[in-house]
Amino acid sequence: MANSDQGMTFPRLLAKHAAERGDRPATREKDLGIWQTWTWAQVAAEVRALACGLAAQGFRRGMHLAIIGDNRPRLYWSMTAAQALGGIPVPMYQDAPAAEFAYVLNDAEIAYAVVEDQEQVDKMLEAKPQVPTLEHIYYDDPRGMRNYDGVTSFDRLLEIGREFDRAHPDFFDTELEKGRPDDVSVMLYTSGTTGKPKGVRQTHSSFIDAARSGVAFDRLTSDEDVLSYLPMAWVGDHLFSFAQWMVAGFTINCPESAETVMTDLREIGPTYYFAPPRIFENLLTQVMIRMEDASAAKRWLFRHFTDVAKRCGAEILDGKPAPLGDRILYAIGNLLVYGPLRNVLGMSRIRIAYTAGAAIGPDLFRFYRSIGVNLKQLYGSTETCAAVCLQADGEIKFDSVGKPVPGVEVRIADNGEVLVRGPMLLKEYYKRPDATAESIDAEGYFHTGDAGFFDESGQLKIIDRAKDVGKLASGAMFAPNYIENKLKFSPHIREAVAFGSNREKVCAFINIDMGSVGNWAERRGMPYSGYTDLAAKPEVYTLIRECVEKVNAELAGEGALAASQVHRFLILHKELDPDDDELTRTRKVRRNFVAEKYAVLLDALYGGKGVQHIETQVKFEDGRTGVVAADLVIAEAKVFPAVDVRKAA
Amino acid sequence: MTAQRSIGDVVLQLDRISLSFGGVRALTAISCDVREHEIRAIIGPNGAGKSSMLNVINGVYHPQEGTITFRGEVRRDMNPHSTAAQGIARTFQNIALFKGMSVLDNIMTGRNLKMRATFLEQAIHVGRARREELENRHRVEEVIDFLEIQHIRKTPVGRLPYGLQKRVELARALAAEPSLLLLDEPMAGMNVEEKQDMCRFVLDVNEQYGTTIVLIEHDMGVVMDISDRVVVLDYGKKIGDGTPDEVRGNQAVIDAYLGVAH
Repeated sequence: MANSDQGMTFPRLLAKHAAERGDRPATREKDLGIWQTWTWAQVAAEVRALACGLAAQGFRRGMHLAIIGDNRPRLYWSMTAAQALGGIPVPMYQDAPAAEFAYVLNDAEIAYAVVEDQEQVDKMLEAKPQVPTLEHIYYDDPRGMRNYDGVTSFDRLLEIGREFDRAHPDFFDTELEKGRPDDVSVMLYTSGTTGKPKGVRQTHSSFIDAARSGVAFDRLTSDEDVLSYLPMAWVGDHLFSFAQWMVAGFTINCPESAETVMTDLREIGPTYYFAPPRIFENLLTQVMIRMEDASAAKRWLFRHFTDVAKRCGAEILDGKPAPLGDRILYAIGNLLVYGPLRNVLGMSRIRIAYTAGAAIGPDLFRFYRSIGVNLKQLYGSTETCAAVCLQADGEIKFDSVGKPVPGVEVRIADNGEVLVRGPMLLKEYYKRPDATAESIDAEGYFHTGDAGFFDESGQLKIIDRAKDVGKLASGAMFAPNYIENKLKFSPHIREAVAFGSNREKVCAFINIDMGSVGNWAERRGMPYSGYTDLAAKPEVYTLIRECVEKVNAELAGEGALAASQVHRFLILHKELDPDDDELTRTRKVRRNFVAEKYAVLLDALYGGKGVQHIETQVKFEDGRTGVVAADLVIAEAKVFPAVDVRKAA
Repeated sequence: MTAQRSIGDVVLQLDRISLSFGGVRALTAISCDVREHEIRAIIGPNGAGKSSMLNVINGVYHPQEGTITFRGEVRRDMNPHSTAAQGIARTFQNIALFKGMSVLDNIMTGRNLKMRATFLEQAIHVGRARREELENRHRVEEVIDFLEIQHIRKTPVGRLPYGLQKRVELARALAAEPSLLLLDEPMAGMNVEEKQDMCRFVLDVNEQYGTTIVLIEHDMGVVMDISDRVVVLDYGKKIGDGTPDEVRGNQAVIDAYLGVAH
């Protein structure tokens, strides 16, 4: 297989699947309550019609095609259709408001856009006055679209394509032949943690190469089932649901709607699964909440067997030795608890699951592994096709991200930054030669911007963003992300923002987790009216203080980081939100922006005040704005004397 | 928004309808009409007789005086069963769903009139019953898709929040494929976002299926935004009738809502 993929492009991979195994399922989508299947041959035919339709409408080689919407089969197919014509698909985050679209649409000089539904069409039309190039808009779901002028339905586009194909039968194949592996295959925008998003241009060969090494590494076959539910604009989804789909030829399954993902997961039972830690965490929180409400006998059973699993589950999964007694208990547990639990989570068939995108809590990670879900970590970014390091079966650790993928070189710079070289590197940032030159050095190493090191077993360990790693006034190392992640490992804390660079101590803003704390409050009979109210309760402060102090106790034992214990914190009166620019679309905290926006609060934290009044403008989902006001209490947390690591060890 | 939806002839005509409960006159000589494909709102302060009027159209209440003409047929009383058979469906102010049944089953009950199979056939699920079940389920799935409630398909209605229950009730009414839909305060008790969703659904139903809609609503913003014509009741009497703009400028209506100095 490796050899035959030389010189491949994605449209040719599709043609190959259609020719060699055309009757095998390629895509499924649940529609009107029933899973509909398209075979590779059908997908190839749709893509052909689509490509011809776009060509008939004037789409040419080198042009960009914006793709916006939830994971719909037709949107995935549009990517290959554009590629077949030598065009470049540009998937975008579907939940962004029109104003944010305008920037990316302009940056990419979008003239053609394929969007999911009325909601996205409305956003396109709203952005259009600021985007002079935007001319052609195609929509998949016709609902509510009767009275729109100047936009075309997907069905109509296919019709146009089929007519064009009949008139020019050789057109598609000729175009397909023109494609070269080093053509740009996709442009993915970075989430813009710092500054404006940048368009990352990847070629067919780099993405195919990245996909191929992943497929070989985990021995993925054409029989895998994948649930495609992560944003199509995210590099992770592009790798798992598009590149590896094309390379391995497995089946991707599109959920019925964003709300039904859990049900769809259970119905499909994917064998290969990818999710950011947040999703694993939400799943576990749901299970825990439901267990709290279960009968005493069930609770006992659950507690008892999760303890057994904690003791030996991970070892058994890794094929390491475990006492016979534990093995027997685990087998019973598997029958009574783990099996049914995996089934409820939709993870019965999972062979390989990956998590990436953020640090995962050790308890969370161990939990899934202990109940028999082969959860692993990987490391990568948009610029590296999400394929730098992978954890091999049997070499799993919660605090590292695995060894470099074959063919990829990883080096640690003197300042601790992780440098990467290999075939999966980006070609360039679009229209930003300065940024390209800045991030790829003379030796061809890409500067990831992450700080990390190799541990004793040769696995890469990421601590933080290199530029975020600072120093406290005392000179001790300060890695805010590291502290924030530790805080967020508590189910009660949803977001945390740590401050301390060039200051004498570390302080933090905290967002409580509404689901988890809300349930906690309900069980105690505590009434509350909403987030702001709940967050201000003294009982909640006590709860969060315990979480913070637990983290402090852990940090005290971590040598250089002992000075980073959180001295003072407050619980924010509103949830940090991408709509208010406080988080990126991938839900990473924009620390500097938050620090500026809440400067009063920051001053209060460091100024020793006990209470601070704040009023904040918020944007609601319907675009209106309102004001949230509160008097925030600032709490002190206990800090622990640093434990001498050598002595403790 | 209403460019392609053409409002047709009068389909429902109420002529001098009077209804009283003992000494209480709920409606006094009300006349009004509903045209094909339009969204017709009934507004008025509490106790104005809005729900009574809907109940008269639907055949739950029988007026003492007046006539109702529906699609050319003149009569004094409607009755709920035959109105349903004639294509009139409704939702209720205080949700009337089967709390213990799933959303899907609740909506399926809306298809009851379309089923011909006998009780026995349905019990053993053979022949006609099986085929009908498939057909009806397909139609129900379309409604589920239309109202975007796929994620709660199998959830018992009693476990759903209020806003979603309202939507399920609308789904059940739609499952009957009505030509005239009566909505009794579809947006009461909803937050802004839920109201917006509901407005969109009402407009979409009207546009996509061409369903004529009569709705009672308290939220003036909603009424003025989505309805073609509005009838205003106060103490059982009609005090205004016309387009939203006409009604807005009507002095009697302003007085009824804001009160007058006596």
